Amino acid sequence: MNSILTSKWTKVVVFSLCLVPLGMLVLRAVQGNLTANPIEFITHTTGDWTLRFLVITLAITPLRKILRLPQLIRFRRMLGLFAFFYACLHFSTWIGLDKFFDWREMWKDVQKRRFITVGFTGFVLMIPLAITSTAGWIRRLGGKRWQMLHRAIYFSAIAGVIHYYWLVKSDVRKPLQYAAMVGVLLAWRLGSWIYDRGQRVAAGAPHAEITTAESA
Amino acid sequence: MLVKRSPELTYRDVTPKGAYANRRNFLLGLLATTGAVAGWKKFSYLVSGPGTGSVPVKLNGVVKGPYSTDEKQTSFNDVTHYNNYYEFGTDKGEPAENAKNFVTTPWSVSVEGEVTKPRKFTMDEILKLAPLEERIYRHRCVEGWSIVVPWIGYSLSTLMKLVEPTSKAQFVAFESFYEPKQMPLGVSAGIELPYVEGLRMDEAMNPLTLLCVGMYGATLPNQDGAPVRMVIPWKYGFKSAKSLVKIRFVQNQPPTTWNIANAHEYGFYSNVNPNVDHPRWSQAKERRIGEFLRRPTLMFNGYGEQVASMYNGMDLKKYY
Repeated sequence: MNSILTSKWTKVVVFSLCLVPLGMLVLRAVQGNLTANPIEFITHTTGDWTLRFLVITLAITPLRKILRLPQLIRFRRMLGLFAFFYACLHFSTWIGLDKFFDWREMWKDVQKRRFITVGFTGFVLMIPLAITSTAGWIRRLGGKRWQMLHRAIYFSAIAGVIHYYWLVKSDVRKPLQYAAMVGVLLAWRLGSWIYDRGQRVAAGAPHAEITTAESA
Repeated sequence: MLVKRSPELTYRDVTPKGAYANRRNFLLGLLATTGAVAGWKKFSYLVSGPGTGSVPVKLNGVVKGPYSTDEKQTSFNDVTHYNNYYEFGTDKGEPAENAKNFVTTPWSVSVEGEVTKPRKFTMDEILKLAPLEERIYRHRCVEGWSIVVPWIGYSLSTLMKLVEPTSKAQFVAFESFYEPKQMPLGVSAGIELPYVEGLRMDEAMNPLTLLCVGMYGATLPNQDGAPVRMVIPWKYGFKSAKSLVKIRFVQNQPPTTWNIANAHEYGFYSNVNPNVDHPRWSQAKERRIGEFLRRPTLMFNGYGEQVASMYNGMDLKKYY
C-alpha cells in the first residue's frame, strides 16, 4: 500500500481522475447535451464538484490517522487546489456566462443575496490558501502559522454548504448530505483535539497550566 | 502483505461441499435472476419504447386562438426535458424519466363547491366542451427562466359557466393528482402534496386563463401535466397547476402549495413582476431557454393589456 501511495505515478493518476468531471462537462458540451439550460447546468456541476473536493480534502487528515496511512498527505494539496480550481470555474461561470460581466449587478447580488454573499465569502477565503499552498510559503510562514491560516478551509466548506442550502427551493436533501459529511469531518477534528488535550493534561505536561489558564 | 497460516485448521473445519455449493447456487441464481429482469426490462423498452402513457396523441380540429405571441417557440425537446414537476423528482431532468408510466386514463375532474351545478367531467367531456384553440404563450418560471409554448385548450371561463358559480364563490381552488405509489419521489419534494393552487374569481374568469389539454399539436406529455392542467401566463409558472383532479369554488382565499412552503417568498398572487424581487434573486431579467443573454422581464409577463386592470389600486409589493 505504501509503495503505491508513494509512487509518483499515483499522483499522476489522481491528478487525471480529478480532471474527469471537467472532461465529462466538456464532452457533454461538445455533444450539445448540457440540458435545456446549459448555463445553469454548468453552474450546478462545477458547484457540486467544488463541494465534493472540499469534502475529499477535509477527509484526508482523518483517513490518514484512522487508516494509518500518513502518506495520504501527498495528495492533500492537490485535492485542495482542485477544490479551488472547480470553485474558480463555478465563479467564472457566474461572472462570464450567467451575469455576462455585468459587474454592477453582480456586486448588488453579493451584497443583497445572502446565498451569494456566503458563497462569495467561501470562495474569497480559498484564495490565500491556494496562494500559500507551496512549500516556499510554508517555510516563509512557519508550520504553525501556515496551519492556522489553512484552517480557513473549515469556514470555506461550511460557507459552501450554507450557500447550497440557501439556494435550493424546497428539496434540501442534497445540501443536507454535504452538511452531514462536512459536519462529521469537522466533528472528528474537534473530537481528536479534545482527546489530545486530555492526553496532555493526563501526562501532566507543562501545557496543563496553559490549558487551565485558557479555560479560566 | 504478510500471510499467516493457521496451524489449527483440520479437515473438520472444511465447509461441507453441500453447504458451499448451495450458497454458490443461490448466489448464481440471484445473479441470473437480476440479470434476466434487467435484460427483460431493456428488451421490452427496445420493443415498446418508454411507457405507453407518455406518447402524446395528435389533437384534431385545433383552431388558432387569440393572444398568441409570434416569438420563437421553445423546442419541444426542451419543454419536455426541463420540467418542474416535484411529484416526479425535484431535478428538472427527472420528470421526463419518472413520469413515463404515469397512468392518466381513465381521468376525470371534479368541479364542486359554491356552484349550482357541481359535476364530474370525464377527460373525454373536457376535450369536447369547446373548440380547442392553440395559444402560444410566454411562460415565466419564478426561478428566472422562460419558455414560449404553443398550448392547446380553451378559456377556463367556458367550463366555469357550465357549473354556474354562486355569488358566494370568490376564489377558485385547484388540486393536482397525487398518489405516492405512482409518485414515490413526492415524499422528499419538500413541499406538501397534493399540490394546491388558487385564483381570485376575476382572474379565473379572465379569458387568458387557459384550461390546457395539449401542446405542440398533441395531448400533454405526462411530465408537462397530463392530461389537463392550468396555464396562467401572467403569473409565475408554479401558479399553473398540473394534472388537475379538482376545481373547487370557495368563499375564502384558498391555501396554495408554495405559499404554505414559504410564505415569505411565494405569495398568493405571484404575478410576474420585474420590480418585486424574489428574496433570494432578482426578477428583473430572465433567461429564455435557448438564448444566451438574459432578457428583461416584462410586467405581467407582457400581458398587462389583458390583466393589469384587475389589480388597479393594489399594492403589488405587498400582494406579491
